[in-house]
Amino acid sequence: MKRLWLSMALLVSLSAGFACAEAAESVDANGQLQDTGLQNRFEAITKDLRCLVCQNESIADSNADLAVDLRQQVREMLIAGKSDAAIFDFMTERYGEFVRFNPPLETKTLFIWGAPFLMLLLGVGIIYRIVRQRSRMPVDDEPATGP
Amino acid sequence: MWKFLLPFAAFVALVVLFAFGLNPSRDIHALPSPLIGKAAPAYMLSDVLDPARVDSNADLKGQVYVLNVWATWCVACREEHEALLAISQQHVVPLIGLDWKDQRDRAKQWLEQLGNPYQAVAFDADGRAAINWGVYGAPETYLVDAQGRVIFKYISPLTQEVWVREFLPRIAAARREGA
Repeated sequence: MKRLWLSMALLVSLSAGFACAEAAESVDANGQLQDTGLQNRFEAITKDLRCLVCQNESIADSNADLAVDLRQQVREMLIAGKSDAAIFDFMTERYGEFVRFNPPLETKTLFIWGAPFLMLLLGVGIIYRIVRQRSRMPVDDEPATGP
Repeated sequence: MWKFLLPFAAFVALVVLFAFGLNPSRDIHALPSPLIGKAAPAYMLSDVLDPARVDSNADLKGQVYVLNVWATWCVACREEHEALLAISQQHVVPLIGLDWKDQRDRAKQWLEQLGNPYQAVAFDADGRAAINWGVYGAPETYLVDAQGRVIFKYISPLTQEVWVREFLPRIAAARREGA
């Protein structure tokens, strides 16, 4: 009995090992990674990377030559087992913060992340002043007199 | 008092913003390179003109040099070629070419027909070296100091004027520092 379990465990681990080796190599004709987990990460990462040739497109959407090369770079790094953070670091080191559509919150990027809240605060302040001014005005209940 | 000062301050702020944002001489696609001040990425590539020769920037250590990224498919590169030829005639620094995602025979033809301003032209067929340098559009020109650090990047075609204004002072400064 024990032997059976052992051999089964061995079989399972072996086939798992094969599955990994297979996933590491397989990119189909359309450039899709066969491993769905990797493919999902690939799609998420390339959507968050700006194509610097046509600066408002992500490298997932762009047909520019550079975007094709960078997609290939991302694919290879994923297959090599690199983490998302490592891939973003790789790109940021070479192309700067601008390459990310979602730059991390840092002292450098504090302003762009904080700006919407500042605007909101400003708007609230302006509305508050207007409302207060109006509430100080005398209430005019008389119907408007015709000409 | 505030009633007048506040709109005036807002006006001044807008003028400053527009003076920067709408300045026609500012290239809105030019991005600052994160490579400035950092070690130049190493490359080892075959030479365009002599495939048996290996071009590596390790050979250039100890010298200030200029790396110009170009390709035959790049229209603006043809535009700057004249300026590159003139610059190479001045023999100020070694001018190294990085031929980006190109075809070797076309590149050879280009250099034979238009003249070769480069001391060496590395052939980056798959664009890997260019990715390491953060290249996103040719022509791009990098200035590397004697310690092998990138000190300046210029995006757009080089001209004699840009060379004199942006490059020569930086080269002189790099040499003073290195000496």
